[in-house]
Amino acid sequence: MPEDPEVNQNRFGTGVGNNTQRRLGNVNDQSKCACSCGCITAEDPRFAELKSYIDSLNQEQGITMPVLQEAQRSFGYLPLEVQKFISENTGVPLAEIYGVATFYSQFAIEPKGRHHIGVCMGTACYVKGSQKVLDKLVEELKVKVGCTTSDGKFTLEATRCLGCCGLAPCIMIDDDVFGKLDDVSRIPDILGKYE
Amino acid sequence: MMTMVDLNGLKAKALEEMESEGTLRVVVGMATCGQSAGARRVMETLKKDVAELGLDNVNVAVTGCVGMCTYEPILEVLEPGKKKVTYIRMDPEKTARVVKEHLQGGKPVLDYTVGHDHAGNLKNLEDLQFYAKQERIVLRNCGTIDPENIHEYIARDGYAALRKALLEMTPETVIDEMKKSGLRGRGGAGFPTGLKWGFAAPNKADQKYIICNADEGDPGAFMDRSVLEGDPHAVLEAMAIGGYAIGASKGYIYVRAEYPVAVERLKIAIGQAQEMGLLGRKIFGTDFSFDIEIRLGAGAFVCGEETALMASIEGERGEPRPRPPFPAVKGLFGRPTILNNVETYANVCQIILNGPEWFASMGTERSKGTKVFALGGKINNTGLVEVPDGHQAARDHLRNRRRACPHGKAFKAVQTGGPSGGCITAADLDTPIDFDNLVAIGSMMGSGGMIVMDEDNCMVDIARFFLDFTVDESCGKCTPCREGTKRMLEILDRIVAGEGTMQDLENLEDLAENIRLTSLCALGQTAPNPVMSTMKHFRDEYLAHVQDKKCPAGVCKALLGYVITADCKGCTKCKRVCPVEAITGEVKQLHVIDQALCIRCGACFNVCSFNAIARN
Repeated sequence: MPEDPEVNQNRFGTGVGNNTQRRLGNVNDQSKCACSCGCITAEDPRFAELKSYIDSLNQEQGITMPVLQEAQRSFGYLPLEVQKFISENTGVPLAEIYGVATFYSQFAIEPKGRHHIGVCMGTACYVKGSQKVLDKLVEELKVKVGCTTSDGKFTLEATRCLGCCGLAPCIMIDDDVFGKLDDVSRIPDILGKYE
Repeated sequence: MMTMVDLNGLKAKALEEMESEGTLRVVVGMATCGQSAGARRVMETLKKDVAELGLDNVNVAVTGCVGMCTYEPILEVLEPGKKKVTYIRMDPEKTARVVKEHLQGGKPVLDYTVGHDHAGNLKNLEDLQFYAKQERIVLRNCGTIDPENIHEYIARDGYAALRKALLEMTPETVIDEMKKSGLRGRGGAGFPTGLKWGFAAPNKADQKYIICNADEGDPGAFMDRSVLEGDPHAVLEAMAIGGYAIGASKGYIYVRAEYPVAVERLKIAIGQAQEMGLLGRKIFGTDFSFDIEIRLGAGAFVCGEETALMASIEGERGEPRPRPPFPAVKGLFGRPTILNNVETYANVCQIILNGPEWFASMGTERSKGTKVFALGGKINNTGLVEVPDGHQAARDHLRNRRRACPHGKAFKAVQTGGPSGGCITAADLDTPIDFDNLVAIGSMMGSGGMIVMDEDNCMVDIARFFLDFTVDESCGKCTPCREGTKRMLEILDRIVAGEGTMQDLENLEDLAENIRLTSLCALGQTAPNPVMSTMKHFRDEYLAHVQDKKCPAGVCKALLGYVITADCKGCTKCKRVCPVEAITGEVKQLHVIDQALCIRCGACFNVCSFNAIARN
């Protein structure tokens, strides 16, 4: 992590402070990056894809959300590199992009696991024991809520109502919903289906 | 370009395909709820077996949700001239048997159907009490048509309302009919739809917008998802009618990203409507052009508020703005905009086709038509019911209160309106449920979610749960909501931890009143409702937590303690399940719980066969 504010100024031009950068992690600085998450480089072909997606929306108004959603789908999360790229290509200030990316719970600033587990914490699920389901997943995956397993396979999150209240308690893994999990012993089998 | 003749021809052709002589139509409910109950595997088996047996007269189709979640996956067999057969709780093995014995052999498999009388006469869903009392306008096509096939929608008079509006009515008459129908917005606030449209129509602008609010965030409500997944064209058609009425040529549907199936079906529906010229330029050969774009939410409850939703479409943080100016004057991108909820739109086409008098003949004096309620929580019959406003959906399903809740538990309350609502207790169950009455008893309709609570639910914990939700979802723009709800949550945290004081209860009421009066948008203004309502109806539970340091329902862990009574037979069951080895005792001897080690998980309480463990 570069501590010298000068370095920050040079890299971002827009004056992203040290605090912000600490929260964002060190994904922006390739030369100093020591992580093993397969960091995104400027040559990444996904940037070109994102650029053509942005160009395809040229005539539209209010494209920030669709572009961020596409970027999140493609990269899996929204590191500063990507936010900066979007800012440069849409003309929306980086501060605004960052503001939007951090406002909505579905945008991630840090990398996520290959599979996303959302435990429904809607009212129907809550009164029918979704806390027990969440506890079981914490125990099975050995991971805290909001975090990713050490093998990068699953990210565990408590989520808003999935609208399957008739099948409470339920969870959603990627786009699939599993319901009636009163019997938490079913959970290991469900997790076993994912690679 | 479509003319009148085209639509009639298409309808006749589609009807013939759906109901021709000798054809068996087999439908599987494939909404999110059906899929998560295993409908996909049922569908695979069905298709495979039908193909293998070469059953050419069997027509397999996907449908949306019929609204009876307890019975999913549901498979129905329709044969012209015969009573529909409903199979419930299906799996691949059962499906294989149904294909062989019913579809091939012509003999329904009685064991898997929803029921039959002694003579062997089959019942189907329509015969059940759950269904029989319903009046279906919004859900009329859900569970009946294939939502991915526009022809089936046209067969059920789809796009006839749009044609009627464009060819036979002026925008003014459309708005007049909406006003006369008495339709009120189904998103929660209950604002008259026709009046709203009337505000936007006279405003001059280069562009106006129609928005569909499909950001159904109220936990416990899922009727909008059901409509989008089961009958997406009804929403598109109504939006086009709204566009014609106010002079808008562009529509947005803002759907929450938690509903991937709904998004997919909407995309297919928009594509099909565009292809057939029912959306796009010069619809039905008139000068009216209208197109619809889908925008996805990204997980922010506040975006269900209209001004926050528009900010989100504009690409900004979903923060509400003060009104006035109202969206009908200055809305999306600064232009006049009309924003309605999914369920509201789902009524529009039927009003245009059947007339406002027909619609106004249903419901209560001030709430016309029907309302869809989502029943969930501790209730045996979970699902969607559509009943005339004011009709007592909850009471009907809870009439026998002993049998209504699973495991014979006693009914305690119904929570309506999600984090903005409150509780209806047994005493208030006889109040007709409509927008105004619910407000009068300290709750609100919200979007119509009804969560049933039984004796095992602690009302203080439920209030804390909702406040936790609002604290998390507060956008942070205005201070009362951002800071006030947080302070209320801290107080409730203290109460459930057994550290509450009587002063805390007073402070809660004081804070609640201030937040209600001074917040910028409905999220903050209604955030104290769950606390106020539970304090009003269940004050004894609050007092038990504060004064006696006890949680009567046995939920708040810090206030729980387990002791073994003299009824203990020394069976050792509790000792074996205790995860922290806090229980000691020899076989056939009285066991003891070491309170210092006990983590109050309740495992011993649940396994004891002699009711020898007491909770206090």
